[in-house]
Amino acid sequence: MSSLQNIGRMLLPVVVLGAGLALWEFVVRVNDIQPYVLPSPTTVFQTLVSDWPVLSESLGVTLLTTLQGFIAAAVGGVALALVFNQSKWLEYSLFPYAVILQVTPVIAIAPLLLIYLPQQTAVIVCAWIVGFFPVLSNTTLGLNSVDRNLAGLFQLYGASRLQTLRYLKLPAALPYILGGLRIAGGLSLIGAVVAEIAAGTAGAGSGLAFRIAESGYRLNIPRMFAALLLLSVAGIVIYGLLALISHLVLRRWHESALGKEN
Amino acid sequence: MAGPALSEMDSDAAGLAVRLRAVSKTYDSGVTALGPLDLDVAKGDFVSLLGPSGCGKSTALRLIAGLGAPSAGTVSVPHRTNKADGRHPIGFVFQEPTLMPWASVRDNVCLPLKLAHAAPAEADRRIEEALAQVGLAEFARAYPRELSGGMKMRVSLARALVTDPDILLLDEPFAALDEITRFRLNNDLLALWRKLHKTVIFVTHSVFESVYLSQRVIVMTARPGRVRAEFRIATTEPRGEEFRTSADYAGYCRDVSNALAPSYSGQRSA
Repeated sequence: MSSLQNIGRMLLPVVVLGAGLALWEFVVRVNDIQPYVLPSPTTVFQTLVSDWPVLSESLGVTLLTTLQGFIAAAVGGVALALVFNQSKWLEYSLFPYAVILQVTPVIAIAPLLLIYLPQQTAVIVCAWIVGFFPVLSNTTLGLNSVDRNLAGLFQLYGASRLQTLRYLKLPAALPYILGGLRIAGGLSLIGAVVAEIAAGTAGAGSGLAFRIAESGYRLNIPRMFAALLLLSVAGIVIYGLLALISHLVLRRWHESALGKEN
Repeated sequence: MAGPALSEMDSDAAGLAVRLRAVSKTYDSGVTALGPLDLDVAKGDFVSLLGPSGCGKSTALRLIAGLGAPSAGTVSVPHRTNKADGRHPIGFVFQEPTLMPWASVRDNVCLPLKLAHAAPAEADRRIEEALAQVGLAEFARAYPRELSGGMKMRVSLARALVTDPDILLLDEPFAALDEITRFRLNNDLLALWRKLHKTVIFVTHSVFESVYLSQRVIVMTARPGRVRAEFRIATTEPRGEEFRTSADYAGYCRDVSNALAPSYSGQRSA
């Protein structure tokens, strides 16, 4: 790909964003639309700055929930996959329920969880439910896609189960696990938001989704936009961080080879 | 890991490295891949199993290595367990290099020693020696992706040699390489065999490769594989490129090809 094309790829989305925002601003100003109908981008930005104390606190709450849900999903997903890999019977017994948990929309499960669990716990459980399945299924796939001959080699040299797991299966599954984690990161945020929305203003929460719901009832539209903007940025940052980690961990044997001889 | 039909043997008495008696293998799908096959391999011999694709020669090799049990018959080899100093009596080289892409050349070669909990100092010494034997001493820190196909195969060979095995099992190791690389690896393998006095069982579907390398060529039938004919390649040692162009070599190749031809007769459409 030429460098011109590269620059174009970087620049064009920014140009589109700028043009879109300009058009938005223009339409709002020319038609004199009120902020409670449609706030202009500058109004949203001003709200973001003026409401920062409230919004940043909510952002912190949502991010913490997401992180807790994500860690639970990562640990739970990988651990469950390892258990399944060691025992076919456990896999046969439990895997269908993991699928059921995944295909049932979390927005429908959240109200039930909120009845039985303290709100903070329910939110984390929601983040976990949507996040753990990609980790589980990806890790399972990775553990099962070990090279047959390499497995034979381990058998030939009398490797124990633990050795096979540690030196063969886990490294082979690593790219798959990291792929699962990348998906789980974004999903954990969605899970946290869904649960906060379900809890609504009746809950005691103070996350970003709660702010959106609350601002909606108060017709504070600019703040809704500002909170939404923060959620998007949070999602992008989470994805970027996980992609970066994945790249750093895998680059030695996925990409490093290209520069050297042959 | 030994199946019920496997037995360890006191190979010293018979002077044999491997003994197969009426060995057959039927897979769960009902396909009989091999046998019944009888095979004696003397210690220090270089034996080729030559046959068409799917004749079960790879299966025979896997049975000798203890990767799976025969459906009938007995496979007798020396003790297959790890020894305390990281030695292991069998080295296996697959058709593919079968290296761990996430590990350096050194760590790949180290694998059998690591699994046997060999002492680090002893492991370092052995790895250095094995890599030197295949001419890759400077590439210890490289990753498999950085190597050519021939070099990867050499790493695979070093990994098989690192346990100082008595028996080296090679499953069409050079089939995927270009001709020049294959010839060079053939010569290197012969030199190693002369130097290290290992028993080598070499599976191939190349008449020319089998005659060039082996003391004995065992020609197998189509599936299920049995012994069709056997040739002893008696020539002046050490062999080199002159042998490859000699009349003797051409004569052996013609005889072996003629013996192999019926194994392909049922596969005209292939």
